[in-house]
Amino acid sequence: MKAKIHVTLKQGILDPQGKAIEHALDSLGFKNAANVRVGKYMELDLDEKDRVKAETQVKSMCEKLLANTIIEEYRYELSA
Amino acid sequence: MSVQGGYFEAMMNIGVVVFPGSNCDHDCQHVLKDVLGQDVTMVWHKESSLAGLDAVILPGGFSYGDYLRTGAIARFSPVMQAVKQFALDGGLVLGICNGFQILLEAGLLPGAMLRNRSLHFICRETYVKVENAATPFTNRCKPGQVLKIPVAHADGNYYTDPVTLAGLQANAQVVFRYCTPDGKVIPEACPNGSLDNIAGIRNAEGNVLGLMPHPERCAEAILSNEDGRAIFESMMTSWEGKTLTGVR
Repeated sequence: MKAKIHVTLKQGILDPQGKAIEHALDSLGFKNAANVRVGKYMELDLDEKDRVKAETQVKSMCEKLLANTIIEEYRYELSA
Repeated sequence: MSVQGGYFEAMMNIGVVVFPGSNCDHDCQHVLKDVLGQDVTMVWHKESSLAGLDAVILPGGFSYGDYLRTGAIARFSPVMQAVKQFALDGGLVLGICNGFQILLEAGLLPGAMLRNRSLHFICRETYVKVENAATPFTNRCKPGQVLKIPVAHADGNYYTDPVTLAGLQANAQVVFRYCTPDGKVIPEACPNGSLDNIAGIRNAEGNVLGLMPHPERCAEAILSNEDGRAIFESMMTSWEGKTLTGVR
């Protein structure tokens, strides 16, 4: 099973990188771009065929290591 | 043993943890050993015991290259289990800069670090106000004293949720706040965007302290700034007091 994991700062937490990119987009003329959020993308192969078990594992990975849930939120997709 | 400052005999054995990527470990060792005359044990991150140590310092640096998040991987080093137990048993644990970030990731202190508001790596002198002088790390400071201590970090923008912040404030757990040279705690004096100008916090029990500024970089006269020394000397004073009263 392949897991694709996205980690971003929670809504409401200032994202200085996102802000910097937003300003750069603005100066490039993309005046209608707003609320840029920067995050991390990770993918990994999991030696597990059972979708429910895989999901439990990925969730645990996110909670324990891949995201700091004080400041970040995560989402993931699983595919065969 | 002769000591530059003349206050202390060697009486503590202080552990300095070395992670792959620590780079202030030898500065800490130098200050504790050569300036303050204490015994120092360098503790490799793969060690699982801190037996025989009287205090532990997690030094600054870039443990594990700051991969994923600052401190996120160091937190799972074998030695961190021992550090947790050491802290639970009431031992003094000081985290400086990356050490502070590791203590946050390990849950030994509340909150998390965000990228500096400016996005810049900031390396300069800062002024911090001693907001709580009744801790094992600040007992040689006066309440409200201003210390000049340098910072060097990209992720020092302290964040926690409003409820935790209120708890930190109510329990005098905010030990250092960034301030102006004359001690005004105003947003302009905060280099990195930290909530409430927070530069250092302690745990509820008081035996674990994390701070972003580097006291080991300003602890001897030849560097023309000795303000950082008070923090290490406070630890020694605290330990001496405990030893005299038989409490460890």
